[in-house]
Formats: sequence, structure tokens, C-alpha cells
Amino acid sequence: MQDTVTDTQTAKITPEIVAAHGLKPDEYQRLLKILGREPRLTELGIFSVMWSEHCSYKSSRVWLKTLPTSGAKVIQGPGENAGVVDLGDGDAAIFKMESHNHPSYIEPYQGAATGVGGIMRDVFTMGARPIANLNALRFGDPSHPKTRHLVSGVVSGIGGYGNCVGVPTIGGEVNFDAGYNGNILVNAMCVGLAKTDKIFYSAAKGVGLPVVYVGSKTGRDGIHGATMASAEFDDKSEEKRPTVQVGDPFTEKLLIEACLEMMASDAIIAIQDMGAAGLTSSTSEMADKGGVGITLDLDHVPQREEGMTAYEMMLSESQERMLMILKPGREPEAEAIFKKWGLDFAVIGITTDTGRMIVMHKGEVEADLPVPVLANSAPMYERPWFAHVPPQPVLPQWVKAPNGNLDALKTMFASPALCSRRWVWEQYDHMVMGDTIGRPGGDAGVVRIHGTKKGLAVTCDVTPRYVAADPEMGTKQAVVETWRNLTAVGADPIAITDNMNFGNPERPEIMGQFVGSVRGMAEACRVLDYPVVSGNVSLYNETNGVGIPPTPAIGGVGLIPDVAHMADIRLKREGDLLVVLGREQGWLGQSLYQQIICEKLEGAPPPVDLADEIKAGRLVRALIREGKVSAVHDISDGGLLVAIAEMALASGEKGSGLGVELFAYEGKLPVHAIWFGEDQGRYVVSVDPARAEEVIERARLLALPARIVGRTGGNAIVLKGEPELPLPELAEINESWLPKYMAGEL
Amino acid sequence: MLRASVIVFPGSNCDRDVKTALERITGFPVKMVWHGDASVPASDLIVLPGGFSYGDYLRCGAMAAHSPIMRDVIAKAKAGTPVLGICNGFQILCESGLLPGVLMRNASLRFICRDVYLKVETDKTFFTNTYRAGEVIRVPIAHAEGNYFADAETLDRLEGEGQVVFRYCDKDGSVSAETSPNGAQRNIAGIADPTGRILGMMPHPERLYEDPLGGTDGRRIFESALVSAVAAMA
Repeated sequence: MQDTVTDTQTAKITPEIVAAHGLKPDEYQRLLKILGREPRLTELGIFSVMWSEHCSYKSSRVWLKTLPTSGAKVIQGPGENAGVVDLGDGDAAIFKMESHNHPSYIEPYQGAATGVGGIMRDVFTMGARPIANLNALRFGDPSHPKTRHLVSGVVSGIGGYGNCVGVPTIGGEVNFDAGYNGNILVNAMCVGLAKTDKIFYSAAKGVGLPVVYVGSKTGRDGIHGATMASAEFDDKSEEKRPTVQVGDPFTEKLLIEACLEMMASDAIIAIQDMGAAGLTSSTSEMADKGGVGITLDLDHVPQREEGMTAYEMMLSESQERMLMILKPGREPEAEAIFKKWGLDFAVIGITTDTGRMIVMHKGEVEADLPVPVLANSAPMYERPWFAHVPPQPVLPQWVKAPNGNLDALKTMFASPALCSRRWVWEQYDHMVMGDTIGRPGGDAGVVRIHGTKKGLAVTCDVTPRYVAADPEMGTKQAVVETWRNLTAVGADPIAITDNMNFGNPERPEIMGQFVGSVRGMAEACRVLDYPVVSGNVSLYNETNGVGIPPTPAIGGVGLIPDVAHMADIRLKREGDLLVVLGREQGWLGQSLYQQIICEKLEGAPPPVDLADEIKAGRLVRALIREGKVSAVHDISDGGLLVAIAEMALASGEKGSGLGVELFAYEGKLPVHAIWFGEDQGRYVVSVDPARAEEVIERARLLALPARIVGRTGGNAIVLKGEPELPLPELAEINESWLPKYMAGEL
Repeated sequence: MLRASVIVFPGSNCDRDVKTALERITGFPVKMVWHGDASVPASDLIVLPGGFSYGDYLRCGAMAAHSPIMRDVIAKAKAGTPVLGICNGFQILCESGLLPGVLMRNASLRFICRDVYLKVETDKTFFTNTYRAGEVIRVPIAHAEGNYFADAETLDRLEGEGQVVFRYCDKDGSVSAETSPNGAQRNIAGIADPTGRILGMMPHPERLYEDPLGGTDGRRIFESALVSAVAAMA
């Protein structure tokens, strides 16, 4: 496209050019009708990105509207650069999660790095200083020839960017599954902190205002990135490498400091980062929200390369750029700030009352389009979908018992699914900014709100095998999993951001997964009063017609009112009793036990009871705040025995911590279903024996089952009738797989 | 009284952290000094903070070493003003010639962020007088280039003059190749100039100075500086 046509004024728009822009023939007809004429090439480029799935949400929007997005603590829901929630005392958290899947597969280091950069810009553009990063990563099967290279590149890309900018990466997920062999997922989340009276929005309100460009220069990188991210891969995807952007975290750091310094004044009317579809999308969205027109003169755009056309400049996705609308006359002070930080600053246009976006370049009109049409005319599809029929439950009795429960635990802890992720998160600076009080490896990461006693807890979760089996229940589970992880550190869950990763929505079964997923999320969020304030949809994660497992990653944010009363998973005191709170049903369908020990995955995923979740959550938070529990862990992947073993391993490095003596189970369920069932709504808490009765009684009053399952002590996991499992041995097993795999030893 | 100044380079990202730690621990306000300034205000302590000064493009600390403010930092350091370089600050001290040696890529070629154990080799410096020589402390590292290198002659001199301040060790204080997270020569984590007033260290003491952060072993670096500064005034 841009390589073959240089004269943007006279180029003839052929069906091939239309197709190369990712527009379907009927979409092009729609464009002709809207414009009433044939578009210029630059205009076609502009529309093609605005109408891409990535920018327009044309397949998902009808469903996203059904999500609960408001609540007492919501200051800004979806529709801005990021969501904003109230933390009290004039503090606000601003956060969002976004995918960089397609570019990360093609160029893992830069793809992942620019994903981190982009999401941080979404957050600081609203006036927040980024204070925590997270990421949810899904890779293909470890034996797939590309996996090691992709893990290595993505992890170093995330670290390379976040570490340099100086924002701690305090949590995330890493999974391996053959379903991601051709399409890995890189979802990056950023949380920032702002003052409620200093939040910046993107509406360019007012006529005759300077449109200001700041940050890096514009180059030819990333042209049509949004269009690439809206298409399936095939065997020629490698050829898309030039559409991947290149990140410069140093410039991002300067841009954060310069923007925050600028924001301390009252000169900014509106600000937005130039993300996907760069200058095109930022100008049209800002003008549309402000109800104005914009005239741009591209001659003033700082350019990295010579001879760039209007088409290239409007579609470039060069990184670390922002667009601001200033109060008139304030340009000199703004320019002084950006120059001080060594950044480009240019007035590239003006807001008008024409309602049109006019793009000038070298004296020629390159585009002249009505703003409301440009911003709002994208097709909206109600794509056909099949409702997914969930499989029947698998009874625990049908799932074979292991030779030994502790042997099964060892096998599971050695597996890619449950092995330690230390190799990954040690490559991320998780302590910079000096407020990290809940490091990676626990249920949720926690950062102190600088200079206060409040803490912000963050987590991101989804269990794709549950979602694949039952999109609605699986997504409900993903939401409650984040809610529980926040609860387990002592936080009040506030709101979520979501990152919906799915295959090709033009296939009814994929669309059915999406619809089910949205329904499950909506219900969980509504019942838990845990609204969705921002999000991102990534479709077409598909290669040669095979889609990824449906992966709605959920990022949850919660507030710890006083960090003196928080919890973590580390066992601390010898002689404490371990109590399981929540209903035990021995659910082994879709469990890791079934997958790893029985080598199959079938049946319905564990059901979620939202009313029980609320009860258990309230109880756990109360116990933490009253100081009645010394350690807390949510029970999730792998079940109870895995949760307890993780608590023991976390209590000392290399297995030097506290062991646990497990008590014999005397109920009706098969013993292995008790140890490995993945029933929802459960926590393990460690309590002083003198308090155990009170804890159990308080659960009973809520009609919540509670049971003592073991006692801390020694340096091994001890289960009657089986050889004891020394913690150093378990630690070695747990820590080995990932480093060995990455070193090519497996 | 401690008049401390923290130099802010473009790309510094632990400047606020060290300011916060210093103010919390010593109780005295800390000045932030911009890299483009010609001089540092009169100070009892100058800190070169961690981060990625100038993006660490070229070589870590190499460009910062030639920034306008460094001319004055070097002059003041040579005239006796104590200087603490942490992480990127250590790299800048080496690049500017205030300390010998160089920090190369970690042997693993990966960025590493984790707590490490350090053996305090000397309590005879401006920054370590409230530790005991031989004590084992826990402080985090976070770097990709912390692999200290100098020729054997320089290393011998550093050892001979008591300029090796911290060495990577295990929990029990034993020092071996396995206890070095980055491949540093002789497990060196921090060195001082012959006067003990210029300290460069890869670990970040400002990250573990109070219980909620998970430890307090970094605190005494700053307490030592306060004690030394007060003693110098008396």
C-alpha cells in the first residue's frame, strides 16, 4: 500500500487497495455512501484504521454495552483512555489493561515493550503517575519450537521497558497451552494514581485552540498496526514485522515527567496519547468529544525521516507521542517544559467550528472529513453466534486417585502449569518507587499509596480452560478469582478492567464464546458491585483458521484502608491451625489434577456461587483487619493441597520455612478430590489455635463451611500414610522447571 | 543536621525513592538538583540515584558522567564532600573516574531484581559506621549491569586498602561464586574511595529501610551518613 503509492493526491482507489486496507467490499460501499464521493488515499487510510476492529470494536460493542460500568466509586467508566475510581481522601486510581498480542508474536521484545509503553500512556495521559504494572502472558506449548524464543523476548521486553521507566511490575500471570502456539497473548495492565480534582480528559472543548504535539518524532513505524491487529495470521505473518512499532522507554520516562509537570498548571484543556492509529485516532476522537473541528498542518509534525507523506504521518504508530489541546497563549510555558525534558514540541493545528477534520500537507488538502462521521460511523455488527452448551459435570468418584497425594503434588509443582514464575518476575523491577509492600508470588501485588497508610492491591486472572469449557461460568470465575485475590491480601475490591482475547468473531462459535463471556462477567460484576471501568478487546487471535482458547483476562483493583492490616500467604507461626473457609465439593472437572495427573481435561468447570463468595470475602477481610489470621491464601489452580504447599514454600527461601502436618480427611468425598478439587469461593487461613474456634463459629453463623485441615510446624508437608515431603525438596522441584526450560535443558 | 542533595538526571528513577528514605530516616529535607545545573548547593552528602540516566544508551552512566552537574560533583567529591552512588549512580561514579573499575552486563545477561545478602567488609567508611564489619545484611538489587570488573592489580589494591565495602554472600555470610548474582569479580557489590567518603554500590538500600517494605537493613547506610556528617561538624 504505502510502498506502492507515493502520490496520495492522484492515486486511484482500486479494489486491491481497498482490500489491502482491511476493508470488506461492503464496508467500502458504506464509506462511498457516507462521503458521497471517492476518498483520497489518505482519507481511505484514515477510515481503514478508524473502522478496524481494534479501534472501532465493531463486533464487540453491542455486547460490551451490557456490562455494568457504574458504581459509587466510579469516577470514569469506559470511553476515556482509562477508567477512574475513587480511593477516598482526594485520591483516584486510574487503570486499564490492553493487549499487544499480534505484534508480540511477530517481534516479541518490541511488541511486548510497546504494549507496556502504550498502556502507561493511557494512564498518565489522564493525569496519573503510573505506580504499578501487571501483565498476563499466554504462550504455546513448551515443546513448540517458537515458545522459548517468545517467552524470552516478551519477558525481556516487558522488563526492558517497565524497568527503565521506573514503574514496578508487581504481578501477572504466565501460562502455557498448545492453543496459543500460533497466537500468544501479551496483555499489559497499568495502574496510576491521581488526585480526583486533577483528572485530565480528551474532549477538545473550544474553538481556536492550539493543537499541540509532544514527545518523540513521527517515523514510518507501525503503519497499519491497528489493521494488522484486526486480522488473522497465516503463514506469511512474518512479513508483517514492519508494522510493529519500536519503543523507547527513556523517552516515555521523560514524557511522563514532562506531562505531569505540565499538568500541575491549568494550561491543558484536553490530552490524549497517540496509540493505535496514532494521529488519526487521537485527533478525531478529541475533536468529536469536544464537538469541534480540527485543522492540521502536517508540515509542522516533527518527523524522524525525510519525505514522509500525509498518509504515512496520519497512520504512523510511532511511540511516545501525545496530543494536547492548550488554552490559547499558553504555548510558551508548555514548550519550555517539554524542551527542558528534551522532547519535541510543535503546534500542528487548531480547533475550529467547522466540524471537519482537515489535513493539510505542503499546501494541499489531504483529507477533509466530517468529524462526527469519522469518529462514529464505523459499522457495528451483531454477528451471528451459537450459544455454547456446557459439558456435564464430572463426579469426583469418576476421577482416578493418584498413587500418593504428595507424589501427585510433586508432579503438579514440577509442571509448567504450577512451577514457580520467579524466573519471570525477577526480571521485572518490582520494587522501584519504594512502595511495594506485596511483592510478586502472592495472591495480589500491593503498593502503598505514597506518603499515606493506604495500599492499592492489584491482580489479574483468568483460567482459560474453564472459559473454554463454559464461557459464561469460566468468565464469572475469572472475575471472582480477582475479587478473592484482592480479598486475600485484605483489600476491598473496587473495580475491574478486562482484556477480552478471542479468535475470529466472524465465526459463530467464537462469537458465542464472546457473548457467553460477557454475560458471565456482567453477572459477576453486578452481584459483587465490582464494575468494569475500562477494557480492551482483541479479536482475530487465530492462525490458519484455529482460534485461541477464549481468554478474558480480568484485572482487579482494590483498596487496603490501612496497610498495618493486610495479609500475605506466608506461614509465620509454628503451631497455627490451617482452616479452610468455603464449601468443599471435590470438583475435579477441568482441574489441573485432571489435566496433569489424569492427562485429560473434561467436564464442566467448577461452579461459582456469588452469594457465597460475598460471605466468604467479607469474613476474610474482617479477620484480616482484626488481626485474627496470620496468613491467607485463595484456593485456586490445583486446589487445597497446592494452596497449602504454596504457603509453606513462601514462608522461607529455598524451602527453609515452616512445614505443615495435614490432618486426615474423614468426610464422604474421595480424599484426592478434597486435596485437588478446585471448588470456588474458598480460602485457607492460618490461625492461632486459641482463635480457631471463633473463626469456625463466625463462618458457621454465615452458613459457610469451615474445617481445620492441618497444623504448621516442622520443615515438611506431612500426610499420614505417605512418606513426608521435605520443603527443600519441594522448593527445588518447584523452582526448577522454568529456568531449566529457558536454558534449553528440557 | 544533614544537607543532602540528590542529582536528577533525565532517566533517573530512584531519585524520589532515595529522597523519601533520606527524609524519613534523617528527618532533614533533601534537595533535588537538576543535571543541567552548573553547581550543587553546599551539601553534606550528594547522592547519585538509580535509574537509567540518559536511557543508559551508549554505556550505563557514561553520558551522565559528562553532564554539566557532574563537573561540580567531581570537584566537590575531590574536595571531600561525601558522595553515594546507588546502582546507576555507582556506574556513573565509575564512568566519571571517582571510583575504579566498570560494571558490565550481568553474567546471566538478564535483569535481576531480588533481595541479596551482603557481607559488610568494613565499618570504617562514612556510610557504614553503624554496621559491624563482618555483619550480613539483606538488601535488594535491580540491575542488568552490575557485574563489577577491574584488573587484578586494582582489585588487590582495593582489598588491601579496605575499599571493598560490600560483597555478595549467602545468608550465613559465606562468599562464593554461587552467591554472586551477577558474576562480579570477587563478589564485589560496593566499593569506596580511599577516604571512605565516596561509596558506589549496586544494591538499593533505599528499598529496604522500614518493616512494611520487608526489611530494614538498608536503613543504616543513611543513619551512618547522618552520624558521620554530625561528627564532621563537631
